Amino acid sequence: MDLYIALALQIVYGIANLVLISLGLAIIFGMMRVINLAHGEFLMLGGYTVVISTNAGVNIWLAMLILAPLVVGVIGVIVERVMIRFLYGRMVDTLLATWGLSLVLIGLVTTIFGAQTATTISPPIGAIQIGDFTSSGYELFLIGVTVVLSVLAYCALKYTRIGLIARGTMQGAEIASALGVSTSRTYAITFGVGAAVSGLAGGLLAPITGVLPSIGATYIAKAFITVISGGTAILAGTLSASTLLGGVNSVLSYITGPTIGEVGLLVVAIVLLRLMPQGITARLFRRSL
Amino acid sequence: MNHARENSWLILIGIVGAIFLIGAPQVLELFTIINLTTAIAMALLALSLGLVWGFGGILCFGQSTFFGIGAYAYVVAAINFGGTSWAVVVAILVAAAFAAVLGYFMFYGRVSDVYLGVITLTVSLIFYNLMRRTSGPEYKIGDALLGGFNGINAPPLNVPGDASWILFPEDVFYVAMAALIIGYFGCVWLVRSHFGRVAVAIRENELRAELIGYDVRLQKLILFAVGGGIAGAAGVLFANGVGRVTPDVFNLYNAALIIIWVIVGGRGTLIGPILGAFGLFYLISSLGQQTSINNNLVLGVILVVFVLLVPKGIVPSVIDLWDRKRGRRGQFRRHGRRQRRRGGRTAETSHEG
Repeated sequence: MDLYIALALQIVYGIANLVLISLGLAIIFGMMRVINLAHGEFLMLGGYTVVISTNAGVNIWLAMLILAPLVVGVIGVIVERVMIRFLYGRMVDTLLATWGLSLVLIGLVTTIFGAQTATTISPPIGAIQIGDFTSSGYELFLIGVTVVLSVLAYCALKYTRIGLIARGTMQGAEIASALGVSTSRTYAITFGVGAAVSGLAGGLLAPITGVLPSIGATYIAKAFITVISGGTAILAGTLSASTLLGGVNSVLSYITGPTIGEVGLLVVAIVLLRLMPQGITARLFRRSL
Repeated sequence: MNHARENSWLILIGIVGAIFLIGAPQVLELFTIINLTTAIAMALLALSLGLVWGFGGILCFGQSTFFGIGAYAYVVAAINFGGTSWAVVVAILVAAAFAAVLGYFMFYGRVSDVYLGVITLTVSLIFYNLMRRTSGPEYKIGDALLGGFNGINAPPLNVPGDASWILFPEDVFYVAMAALIIGYFGCVWLVRSHFGRVAVAIRENELRAELIGYDVRLQKLILFAVGGGIAGAAGVLFANGVGRVTPDVFNLYNAALIIIWVIVGGRGTLIGPILGAFGLFYLISSLGQQTSINNNLVLGVILVVFVLLVPKGIVPSVIDLWDRKRGRRGQFRRHGRRQRRRGGRTAETSHEG
């Protein structure tokens, strides 16, 4: 029994982890149909923000939950204003430019902080006991954060005025702008919010993974495949794809080890895209957020 | 570019390539020659993406996948067969076959180009993660240990049919350069053939090509597999130039590098990506000797600057500039032909001359 609880917890954590690393990307993709190839570096910057400010004496909770999203969100807005907005409507060029940005960010962080692991921080919550098994309390906390984040995103999109504008722009940018919505400003805010969520995720994961200038590469493969499999509905897409792929990954990892788990995730995603090329939410849950 | 001028350029490129093939080992030191072999492998890889992306319009961000698979397949096959004669063939076929399988899911699923780029990149990154974890003794294919992070030593090429007659580094250079020249002219032939013209038609307007009656999915699949095979051949040369295959062939940096060669050199030309690969290879080698500027930073800035300011790449921009200068002088003689050629594509260019 205890084994099943521990196992179920692992699977739920696997899913929550995918949601956490993909949500920022999904927000930007859902709104602007732009895959941000610098997504991994936004996560990395969130991680660095936490490590550096904690080492400077800032409370770790403050650093993770407030500083990391704030710093990366501001960077996101700057990037949108300086680079992305010149490339709207040029999809491929946007991809390439964000890829260039990703390399620039890796290069800058390496130049400033060196290529090695920055001083790491330990998770602020210890292990907890489930019967005969110990489980990481911090992973439980991350599951909680993911749930809160998803609920917040849902409420923000569904019940606030900004959310209404965002949904309107998503469904028809031209009509929204004809009705007096400044789409350019909406996009800037979206990019900032997406970056902030990525920063938060990167900050939260920093105690588990440590930070390296190139750490982004370990997240993005999973994040990209989750968002693309999910389709353009921000929440329903991310949640459904994460549940499917995270579930497959966790179960396979439990049976055979992490190597096969990731390959299984990829194979499922590619077969899924053969069946539903526009992602899950283009076929199922069509009217969802 | 019109055909007559293009032909004279091709002859020039052929002559320069042949001189380089014969002359370089006479003039240069052995160390430079070994380095050049790696650069040539990179150029062949750039050529493969130049073909797939520039002429087929297939946005493949993970050409490194086929490159890496080619390199690994070559090494594993060479160790198992005890000679490299068939290993080269196996490497190219395995890379092409994997491209075909991946291409089947993407093209027959009608995945759009942005998705396609991200999916191919993801495949490459997953291979990177996968190969890094294969360090234990249980991970082996036949007699070849995969070696995880440290990779595998690559057996050097031998003369086909005689496993004991191993080629010297100079000989490997000849093989590599010959492969590049053959690859280049093979691609030129391909894009000028009926198949290549259909590929360009699909790049320009997929729906129109399909309505005319071409099987767009199959056409793209074949082109993608050919590109995968060329990338696999580049992997074989790379394994020989470096002497070792590590999971790093699949990493994000390499994937970005290939894209940057093609962007800098120019999409829609075949010589552009090759020149881009050579140029950046030497830029990075010279940067490698100092530590103050990071490679990633330089590459990132190059990519952003080219996307924002020189989106066509160097070679097409130079050709355009040349055309504009020449056009003013020779307009009467060439006017009719230019108009017919450009007629449908861009209305504004026809009244420029």
